[in-house]
Amino acid sequence: MLYREAGDFKTTYSKDSQTFPIKFDRIGYYLILIVAFGVVPFFIDSYWANAVFVPFLIYAIAALGLNILTGYCGQVSLGTGGFMAVGAYACYKFMTSFPDLNIFFCVLLAGLITALVGMLFGLPSLRIKGFYLAVATLAAQFFLVWLFNKVGWFYNYSASGQITAPERSLMGIIITGPNTEAWAKYLFCLVFVVLLAWLARNLTRSNTGRSWMAIRDMDIAAEIIGVNPLVAKLSAFAVSSFFIGVAGALFFSVYLGAVEVGEVFGIQKSFLILFMIILGGLGSIFGSIIGAAFLVLLPVLLKNVLVGTLGWQTDIAVHVEFLIVGGLIVTFLILEPHGLAALWRTVKEKLRLWPFPH
Amino acid sequence: MKLTKLVAAAALAIAAASPALADLVLPSLSYRTGPYAVNGIPVADGFADYLTMLNARDGGIGGVPIKMIECETGYNTEKGVECYEATKGEGALIYSPLSTGITYQLIPKATADGIPVHSMGYGRTSAANGKVFEWIFNYPATYWDGASIAINHILALENNDIKGKKIALVYHNSGYGKEPIRTLEELAKKHGFELSLLPVDHPGQEQKSQWLSIRQQKPDYVLMWGWGVMNPVAIQEAANIRFPMDHFIGIWWSGSENDVLPAGAGSNGYKALALANPGDGYPIMADMKKYVYDAGKSAGAGDQVGTVLYMRGMYQALLSTEAIRKAQEMSGEMNVTPAMVRDGMEALNITEELMAARGMPGFGPAFQVSCANHGGSGIAKIQQWDATTKKWSLVTDWISADRSIIDPLIAEDSEAFAKENNITERACN
Repeated sequence: MLYREAGDFKTTYSKDSQTFPIKFDRIGYYLILIVAFGVVPFFIDSYWANAVFVPFLIYAIAALGLNILTGYCGQVSLGTGGFMAVGAYACYKFMTSFPDLNIFFCVLLAGLITALVGMLFGLPSLRIKGFYLAVATLAAQFFLVWLFNKVGWFYNYSASGQITAPERSLMGIIITGPNTEAWAKYLFCLVFVVLLAWLARNLTRSNTGRSWMAIRDMDIAAEIIGVNPLVAKLSAFAVSSFFIGVAGALFFSVYLGAVEVGEVFGIQKSFLILFMIILGGLGSIFGSIIGAAFLVLLPVLLKNVLVGTLGWQTDIAVHVEFLIVGGLIVTFLILEPHGLAALWRTVKEKLRLWPFPH
Repeated sequence: MKLTKLVAAAALAIAAASPALADLVLPSLSYRTGPYAVNGIPVADGFADYLTMLNARDGGIGGVPIKMIECETGYNTEKGVECYEATKGEGALIYSPLSTGITYQLIPKATADGIPVHSMGYGRTSAANGKVFEWIFNYPATYWDGASIAINHILALENNDIKGKKIALVYHNSGYGKEPIRTLEELAKKHGFELSLLPVDHPGQEQKSQWLSIRQQKPDYVLMWGWGVMNPVAIQEAANIRFPMDHFIGIWWSGSENDVLPAGAGSNGYKALALANPGDGYPIMADMKKYVYDAGKSAGAGDQVGTVLYMRGMYQALLSTEAIRKAQEMSGEMNVTPAMVRDGMEALNITEELMAARGMPGFGPAFQVSCANHGGSGIAKIQQWDATTKKWSLVTDWISADRSIIDPLIAEDSEAFAKENNITERACN
């Protein structure tokens, strides 16, 4: 009923290989974009922006980045928090050293710096795999946090070691700093999410993406058919770190405004983003976004229901929230080990056949 | 016609549904979970119980009931931001987040939204300069005062000569712990002592290497800027290496019962700064018992009553409510706005008589806030732990900070902030 595919014939190759080959999906995609760009900005207030949408969008970028590395190229990384810190501090240095530089380019340049750092820490991946690589990236995590705590140049020698985003605007609209309107924050992050998700989707079905997946599935076989592991692995690290760097830069400049590296970009952040992609679905763009949504929105929702509506004590609510989120994660992983994206895939297959499954 | 009616009805329904802004809203950004809960719970309980008592005894402030909204931050900045956004729409009058990290977050946000922040003895020290930080207050004392007071106490013990002495600072590796470093470096230059810095990473359970280096370097004194689980661990480690406890001085956030009790007899003699007196022998406690504890309205488990941090939470509530009272007096309006409360905070004059009238005679320092000075009097006492009686006792009277060092530092730091954020200094007369 929902999917009516009768008569929907693909007559050209480009039509056959489009991102959303099913008409219903395509319409849904455009509808979401129209609502996200055309409706939400008019209704968003600062609570919805700062507590719900902006963190969700930024975590979605970070999850996309990690999914490229872990889900598509098979390289496990625990350094996500550290790479986000690189993005944040690079963005801060660009913002303060070049006050006239457009904030959009600050964020992009921060991403590029992170890509370089990511490639550097990706070098060991040519020799080591699996858990051993995870430990090497864990070292990156701790090293980077230590570095930003230790070297005063990174935080412009401020007394508390914190970095604070100065006010910057884009075409006359304030994007960072305390006077930012909620819709400006939201739209700025949304533009990045859409651009980067589009880039990720097209990269993963290009030659580059296919070589990543070949490496992931069996690296020796990939080498035999002519995939260069050096290029494939390092490009995965570079692209992934670029995404994560952009996420870190946005996290600092747009979302929080002031950052303390040990607290914000610690090891918990690396795990949180890893959980997002495992829960959402490894090797899936949709999975990255839905995973981020699940882990960002669920705690906020539970808090509002338990404390706001039911009037529970705050500490009991937090503990119950841990129980529920943890329980849901375990349940999901048992019932659908490939994540929410795979769950959706199954549902979609059923829906396409429904109501005539035979 | 029908549509307009519908819209009007909807608008009416929304107006009826939204809460009438009749209560005085005080948000409590507390943390009862996580590694800092051990210190967060007593403060949150004290804050809540005092407000409950005021509501029950006086019907609030000036006859307007107080509505406290508690929001769990877990000492985490992201959750702190969520709490701020969630509560500010309710008409929050003063924010006191009890976290230096969250205070740093709120300084620009609250300034833009026009809501005062009271970071009582924490947060950004240079916010003491009211000319730059119009909405931020950190009276009655700042971290830099604390650092200087600790050194002054050491000077008094060593007959004013600490040249060549070694002083180590064990600190929480965050904005909070790093605050005193600038001041201590200046003081080291002035008095000629040698300062060594030992950062402890969040959450602070792992301190073996720091205390090993203390064992090797043998500093004459150790200062500590710790919070949460870091405090008892540090005191235990100090006891383990047999460091002389009376040479170990914590800031006022490292001096509660919950910090010293786990180390048992080993913590005997440990010293800490006291922002206000330890102990609960004040007339107010009779009212607290009558209206709160006996009425079964205690916040939390009710087992923290009378501890240092519980009293600190009450003190926080007292200073907040006095500011609101002052604002009501000044404006003649009972339902005050955040802007009026800010004016009230700036005109706050805490005298001995006022403290006595509120049932807490001599509990905290007498101080006056002004347009230029948001930092209060900047004085503290030193308290020492007696492990046998399980009581803190005061070993000094009020000690003042070295203003000749701190005032220029505050001016310098707040000037840098003003320049970074294009703030022009207010004129204060």
